[in-house]
Amino acid sequence: MNASTEISGQASGVDGYAETQDFVTFVIANQLFGISVLQVQDVLAAHRITRIPLAPPEIAGSLNLRGRVVTVIDVRRRLGLNRREAGGSVMSIVVEHGQDLYSLMVDSVGEVLALATSDFDSNPPTLDPQFREYSAGIYRLDAKLLVVLDVDRLLDYGRSAVA
Amino acid sequence: MDDLLNEFLTETNESLAVLDVELVKLEQNPNDPDLLSNIFRLMHTIKGTCGFLGLPRLEAVAHAGENVLGKVRDGELEVTPVAVSLILECLDQIRMILMVLEESESEPEGDDSGLIGRLNALASGDDPKPQEAEVAAVEQLAGAAEDAATDSAVAEPSAAEEDAQAASSDEGDAVQEAPAETPAAAPEPAAPKPKAQPQPAKPASAEDGAPKESAVAHQSIRVHVDLLENLMTMVSELVLTRNQCLQILRTQKESDFQAPLQRLNHVVSELQEGVMKTRMQPIGNAWAKLPRIIRDLSHELGKKMNLVMKGADTELDRQVLELIKDPLTHMVRNSADHGLEMPDERVAAGKSETGTVLLNAFHEGGHIIIEITDDGRGLAMDKIKQKVIRDGLATESELESMSDKQIMRYIFKAGVSTAKQVTAVSGRGVGMDVVRNNIEKIGGTIDLSSVEGRGTKCLIKIPLTLAIVSALVVECGGERFAIPQLSVVELVRASSNSEHTIERINGTPVLRLRNRLLPLVNLRELLNLEIVERDQVGVETGQSVHGFIVVAQVGAYSFGIIVDRVFDTEEIVVKPVAPILRDIALFSGNTILGDGSVVMILDPNGIAAATGEITVAEDSLQAEAERRSSQGRTKMAMLVFRASGDTPKAVPLSLVARLEEIDLAKVERSNSQHVVQYRGQLMPLVQMGEGVELATEGRQPVLVFADGGRSMGLVVREIVDIVEDRMDVELTSNRTGFLGSAIVGGQATDIIDAGYYLTKAFQDWFGGDRTQQAAGLPGGRRILLIDDSPFFRNLLAPLLTVAGYEVTAVEGADQALELCEAGMDYDVIVSDIEMPDMDGFDFAQEIKANSRWSQTPLLALSSHTSPQDLARGRSAGFDDYVAKADRDALLDALQETLSHVRGAA
Repeated sequence: MNASTEISGQASGVDGYAETQDFVTFVIANQLFGISVLQVQDVLAAHRITRIPLAPPEIAGSLNLRGRVVTVIDVRRRLGLNRREAGGSVMSIVVEHGQDLYSLMVDSVGEVLALATSDFDSNPPTLDPQFREYSAGIYRLDAKLLVVLDVDRLLDYGRSAVA
Repeated sequence: MDDLLNEFLTETNESLAVLDVELVKLEQNPNDPDLLSNIFRLMHTIKGTCGFLGLPRLEAVAHAGENVLGKVRDGELEVTPVAVSLILECLDQIRMILMVLEESESEPEGDDSGLIGRLNALASGDDPKPQEAEVAAVEQLAGAAEDAATDSAVAEPSAAEEDAQAASSDEGDAVQEAPAETPAAAPEPAAPKPKAQPQPAKPASAEDGAPKESAVAHQSIRVHVDLLENLMTMVSELVLTRNQCLQILRTQKESDFQAPLQRLNHVVSELQEGVMKTRMQPIGNAWAKLPRIIRDLSHELGKKMNLVMKGADTELDRQVLELIKDPLTHMVRNSADHGLEMPDERVAAGKSETGTVLLNAFHEGGHIIIEITDDGRGLAMDKIKQKVIRDGLATESELESMSDKQIMRYIFKAGVSTAKQVTAVSGRGVGMDVVRNNIEKIGGTIDLSSVEGRGTKCLIKIPLTLAIVSALVVECGGERFAIPQLSVVELVRASSNSEHTIERINGTPVLRLRNRLLPLVNLRELLNLEIVERDQVGVETGQSVHGFIVVAQVGAYSFGIIVDRVFDTEEIVVKPVAPILRDIALFSGNTILGDGSVVMILDPNGIAAATGEITVAEDSLQAEAERRSSQGRTKMAMLVFRASGDTPKAVPLSLVARLEEIDLAKVERSNSQHVVQYRGQLMPLVQMGEGVELATEGRQPVLVFADGGRSMGLVVREIVDIVEDRMDVELTSNRTGFLGSAIVGGQATDIIDAGYYLTKAFQDWFGGDRTQQAAGLPGGRRILLIDDSPFFRNLLAPLLTVAGYEVTAVEGADQALELCEAGMDYDVIVSDIEMPDMDGFDFAQEIKANSRWSQTPLLALSSHTSPQDLARGRSAGFDDYVAKADRDALLDALQETLSHVRGAA
């Protein structure tokens, strides 16, 4: 069955139920998140980061990725979670937004999952507002739930500044 | 030349070249439809563009040609060699007209009816025959081409009836008259008659006048801007990579890569320069619309005005050019609209009817300076004050304590406009703040000075390019930052046991730097950098007793930035920061350094703004002026040396052209003087002490003095040092050859009179001998000395200082007038006559006619002292006229003039 779902990922299912999307999964504060694999440019291990004074707290700094300057966003802070404990592992997922590259700092990056659209659910209305703001919806997995991170909203500072 | 026309010429010439080839091909393959349709399309484009640009003659010829081609395309005509020749002839005619158009920017007079007739005949199926009229037309055209080349500045009759603007063009300076009373509409010229372009005719650039290949078409190719931008980006990346390679190289002592990397370094540098050049465009491109704007304004407002543009060929990066286009247009419009007065007001104010807006652009040390000057009514301070108070920007008492300059800066604040009423043109109160923002966005500064009734001058300083800049890398709080080198004036190391110490007034750090107080900004506090634990010696946190101070300058405001460490300077590529970070005004971008790390680029403008620049700007302006004048007056770099005797001798360094060591074996004797061949000339050698014979071999240090084409060598025993110190001659000397003694570098030193030795070498260097003469006047006699030759300035300034005067020396009349406007006062002005830009006579008239200095006595200094010169000097307003060479006469004249003034007072 598994094999058949993967194939149908490419050939969109006629019945519309077997359609899947690929997600890069990652964990922040023990919560599983996912970003569409099409949006991800790169996954980085720990990298030298230059701090940017006076920047908003969720901006961890900037780094050099093959000659391009990448702004590092601490997703934890952006979601209003606690600071990462010192010594905790850090990984980064690089995404492009507008013309610029951003690196999303997360705790760990997991495997790429093909998720069936049938398992998708909208945000429960009781979700924390800050969480709901950046969540595009929830996938029901076997063992746990996966929050789809809305990268565009996460990085759209102009809009949130107005709000 | 007009951009549009220029583009048309380039494009059409290209099309013509293609047409030539294609037509010949067509002749060989008469039935190729693709070929034919391409030819038709090209011809059609030419015709269409001519019509669009208002070139009736070209259009008519092209139209006839197109007609024939149309018939051929529709199969009504066969492609015959006769037809092709006729079309080629038609192309030649177009080319000829284009050539004249390129030289004179207007279509030549002439008649193409013969050619058109034949083309039409061909189109209608008749057999074309060569006609004599046609030949005549071609000849006439060739004649017209030559005429246009020789005296195209003379407007053609039809052009003159239009409100053609007389244009003169000397070396890039274009003056464009926009007479206010010219009739608005011109009679339509008859249809086939050539109609002149509304653009002014420029004198033809071709001296030879001979027909030649189109210069425009063959000296340039058109490249898409994106391609250049791309190229620039790649070069920027290459520069970064090169920096990285060099960084690696530095850590390795021996490396095989050394030589190739050095080579790479050079090549990349040259490549960078080359690509930068492709982006350079003359600033005139940004001005192209201005003459038209001024002309329209003069009609609309009924004012008479003149736009003078200087330095239009000054080049700058096209990115910068784009960004300053609008601000510049705005400023010029502003000047014209509410700077210049109505003609009757101008006459009443004693000015000429026609107001002038002067645009001047020039390079100055990695910057472009653009001056926009008008001779209008100036800024009305009262109105600005009222407006500022009304808008609650400042209270009356606050304004009271501000200087004019500070108040003027308010017009850069949003919503402040001094125009009495809002016109269609300006006065809506938006603009100056936008102008300022736009200019500061690209790292530029804008400064304003104005004298009510005399005009306004706006100074815009912008960097040449934005793409690659040289930056100083500093460290603060464990982070590194880059500061654009352009705004860094100097570096000072401050510590408690050195000369420079950071002092605090109520917690605010300041630094004493050369007799002025420099405001300091602690970068760590400014950026909220937490103190990173580092075992760096001497950094006392919070107190920061030790540290480096980067003295930065923004406009006229200089301030110090306290940093922990200073690294190297590096060429950096400015990359924009992510949109999230654009609100942080302290950064202008970020970059990747040679070691691969990302650093933020500090924006000195932002730092200045964050530390309240507007309140201190004026103080620093004064400080700047003081610093400048104090350098000119008292502080001087002295060259200390020893000659005969033990007392060190000194001479102002600026008088010394070079220090040389000559081989004594090469010294020759001529005319009872020691001479040596030096740079292809005979240079006399003069010794300090009398009767000391020169050794015959070995090497001898010599101070070379040069002025004009002549040089003289002063033989000394050894050169000791260069000391910058006050030139206070304390003991005047009676010995010839010495001005007196002064303390230089803490030691009593004889100041030598360079002039004395110069006359020893050349009797005619100045006239006559010199006896030291004390002025016998009470101190504080202030002299303004104007002389364009630094040599004479440096010679006379100490001389006059010795005689008891306080001398301010400037190098030109403009600077003197600036001082006048800046409110400086002098008891007597000594001016040279022969000076570039504004000579002494003009200067005198200017001063005597309308300035605060009209009562200040004026002495002329000149090498021409014929009775006619004297008479001319007196009529210009000089009180006395002294020969330049005769310093005694100068001192006498000064004394006389001043006692006269005192007697009169």
